[in-house]
Amino acid sequence: MPGIRGLMAYRPETALPLNHLVEVLLQGPSPLTKGERELIATYVSSLNRCKFCASTHGAVARHHLNDAAVVQRVIEDPEAAEISPKLKALMRIAARVQQGGRTVTDADVATARAEGATDVEIHDAVLIAAAFCMFNRYVDGLATSAPDDPSIYDQIGSYRAANGYLAPSKPLS
Amino acid sequence: MSHIPLPESLPGITGLLEYRQDTAKPIREMTQALLRGPSSLTQGERELIAAYVSHRNGCRFCTTAHTAAADLLFGERDTSRAVKGDPTCAPVSDKMRALLAIAGKVQQSGRNVTADDVEAARVQGATDVEIHDTVLIAALFCLYNRYVDGMAAFTPDEPAFYERLADRIVNRGYNRLPEGYANHQYAPPTS
Repeated sequence: MPGIRGLMAYRPETALPLNHLVEVLLQGPSPLTKGERELIATYVSSLNRCKFCASTHGAVARHHLNDAAVVQRVIEDPEAAEISPKLKALMRIAARVQQGGRTVTDADVATARAEGATDVEIHDAVLIAAAFCMFNRYVDGLATSAPDDPSIYDQIGSYRAANGYLAPSKPLS
Repeated sequence: MSHIPLPESLPGITGLLEYRQDTAKPIREMTQALLRGPSSLTQGERELIAAYVSHRNGCRFCTTAHTAAADLLFGERDTSRAVKGDPTCAPVSDKMRALLAIAGKVQQSGRNVTADDVEAARVQGATDVEIHDTVLIAALFCLYNRYVDGMAAFTPDEPAFYERLADRIVNRGYNRLPEGYANHQYAPPTS
């Protein structure tokens, strides 16, 4: 069981709330689309250089958005990606959070608001970024395995995009 | 001023967790399981890891709150102060020193934890579950610290506020209080 799945099988007491957290953050009610939220998760995981999380959430984002190019562009440089100005502003906030919560400035938040971001969208972008600073450290801090084969992530991405994060893990082929 | 409107009557993390209770619930449950659930680490040791990581992240609210919780559980203030100063010469067990070293690495990046760090903890008697929980507590506080500071949540100055908060999290735990927070509101000091 690669990545976070092996850890979750190891300690079910913490796995249950971890699964619920990722479900409510990325699949639950939010003014941000599922694709937008997965892009934030992918971008932060990529900044943290967490291969398993970046590859997995990148694959989920591709399945939600039906667009592989935009996911790759966001990983390389969100400013140059074909995403809304609002999402670009939220990505800048997410990158600040990845560096440290105190680096988020009033100006960053004002810019996001000027592009139409609501309080809840700003909240959700900050919390998704913060949560992936946890998930990434958990996965890499315990040196879990991250497969190289892109088809593995594509299977996970298609399954999670369709079924969410509370569905039982499916054997990988 | 916080980045979104939050009531100053519920400072720090409490106002955020009340603002979005659906995302708060699993965060609260995970904290309860990790810091209060069955573990071979004491509650004081687990609060010490939380305080140490929050200190390294420069999050004043979480550092002060979890320092106060650790102090209450230990019945003294010297251990937490020494750990935040330099855990390598703090009056904690060799096992705790090794676990704090791992927590410090996790605070920087999960990728910084080496096989040698983990082996050093094992040599001092740390179990797999203790190593797992140390990594996850450190990672969880990297979430909390970024959440609180990333939203610029209100951080009171008065030590008495944190002593009341420590009493609540030590004696009532981390799940949402069934009666809510109407009787736990912060009031600024009257001079």
